[in-house]
Amino acid sequence: MCSEVLAVAYSPFLSWAMLMKQKTTQKDVCYTMRCHKERWGGRLFFFATVMPVALVLIIFVALLLRTRPILEAKSISELLLGQVWLPFQGEFGFFPFIMGTLWVTAVALILAVPLCLLSAIYLSEYSRPSTVALMKPVLDLLAGIPSVVYGVWGMLAVVPAVQKFIAPLLGKWLGSISLFSSDNPTGFSILSGGIVLAVMVAPVIISVAYEVMRTVPFGMREASLAVGATQWQTIRYVVMPQAMPGIVAAVVLGLSRAMGETMAVLMVVGNVANKLPRSIFDPAYPLPALIANNYGEMMSIPLYDAALMGAALVLMLVVVIFNVISALILRQILRRSGQ
Amino acid sequence: MEAHIRVNNLNVNYTSEHQALKGINVTIPKHQITVIIGPSGCGKTTLLKSLDRLLDLTDGVSISGEVLLDGVNIYAPDIDVTAVRKKAGLLPQRPFPLPMSIYDNVAYGMRIHNMRKGKDLDRAVQHYLELAGLWDEVKDRLHGPAVRLSVGQQQRLCLARGLAVEPEIILGDEPTSALDPLSAQHIEKRLLELKQDYTVVLVTHILRQAKRLADYVIFMYLGEVVECGPAHEVFENPRQERTRAYLQGLF
Repeated sequence: MCSEVLAVAYSPFLSWAMLMKQKTTQKDVCYTMRCHKERWGGRLFFFATVMPVALVLIIFVALLLRTRPILEAKSISELLLGQVWLPFQGEFGFFPFIMGTLWVTAVALILAVPLCLLSAIYLSEYSRPSTVALMKPVLDLLAGIPSVVYGVWGMLAVVPAVQKFIAPLLGKWLGSISLFSSDNPTGFSILSGGIVLAVMVAPVIISVAYEVMRTVPFGMREASLAVGATQWQTIRYVVMPQAMPGIVAAVVLGLSRAMGETMAVLMVVGNVANKLPRSIFDPAYPLPALIANNYGEMMSIPLYDAALMGAALVLMLVVVIFNVISALILRQILRRSGQ
Repeated sequence: MEAHIRVNNLNVNYTSEHQALKGINVTIPKHQITVIIGPSGCGKTTLLKSLDRLLDLTDGVSISGEVLLDGVNIYAPDIDVTAVRKKAGLLPQRPFPLPMSIYDNVAYGMRIHNMRKGKDLDRAVQHYLELAGLWDEVKDRLHGPAVRLSVGQQQRLCLARGLAVEPEIILGDEPTSALDPLSAQHIEKRLLELKQDYTVVLVTHILRQAKRLADYVIFMYLGEVVECGPAHEVFENPRQERTRAYLQGLF
């Protein structure tokens, strides 16, 4: 089940699998027109399938080549765990940027996933068909709004709200917890970035989770209801477990999008380098923002170009690592439910 | 003959144009096997599901009339639907094991209704698996996933799951249509045993199966009940021309 969703979330892995499974073509003994078409059609499809895999590899190799100068000058641990970013003095520590990316993504998912799941459950299990007919185009529309528009909205609405209401209020109530206290007075913060990102990934997570829950056969719901289960019990014990692999895929899709999102985040997140974030009200400087803000400027500084390429490489690796982890989780779930 | 279920003037519409059931009046006897026969699309499954309030799940359905279960109208506005559904076990055309272990499938209903706990639950699971004739085949892998069972075993698991909430009625919607002959025979044998304690209502396409199992027959055509009565009367001496034609395989 949910194979189409998995295909979207794991397309790089799937295309590998398809590559491996390619049947050995029969010996060419036929030279009629339709046999030629068959052969060339097959090759064309094979090429189209290999393309995405090749692209991933090409991007990876290109990044690696351009990063080489800095990898030769510095050790990997120095780069990944270094906390100082002073290009003029030859200091290139990625750690605060990596943490910035993880913080913003984590806040976005914590805000988005529970709400999105409730929304998907409502659409799939409770709402009338007319509600779905209204909501689906709206969700598609939300997913299609350019990210710079979300960024502007974030600057005009979210940042002031965080600055004037959320940060003072939470600071008053929960200020003793370092997660909620900060000396940043601007509102340009991890929370602002997280809120904007949560709104951006929501339509994707809701749509995918909804589609996955619709694939649970009606007869399975009926089987549960027929023994006298309530609708919520049916959702909790039958629909959700059955849809779980697809729901994981939906969350991963949102996660990958959140990690790579650049424009909207860099407009609201503060972009303060050389400061490890400690609270959701601290500013941060995620990896995509670093690359977008600096690439093309001050390229005469030695190793600067290589360092930014390194940042891109790190970002790509972080996304790949999370994808692999979720693929493993998914396998575990599938194995446990015996599918 | 003691009546268990009485259907009074039941009308079901799926859309405003399509009337699935037209003024149905039938009586279903207690502790016997009632078989509903008729050509495809005549409303057999609709009638069966109306007895368990499973029709409510269909979008845009409208239902009027009453279904009396032991004299209580299950379509009355103040009725608890989950309690009604608990009174009948459903065997669908294709078995749907829940996404959990064999044990949990049988325990599912009992847990939901807080009926049994601990050792008591273990015993009950064994009892109902035995009743469904599945215990010997699964006793060594109770905690394995239910989807690994064969389709025939899955259907008996569904029977056990339905029986576990102590229903009074078993509803079968062509329960053997997806099964191999041996598994089908298994299910038929179970149903014949179970009618001692349960009222069984069965939809089937297979006339021979109907003749093997039925005590009481309802023949439906185009959303109406054409004829109903004790099996031997309907099969040997149908009063209606349409029943005679159907039994002879003319449509």
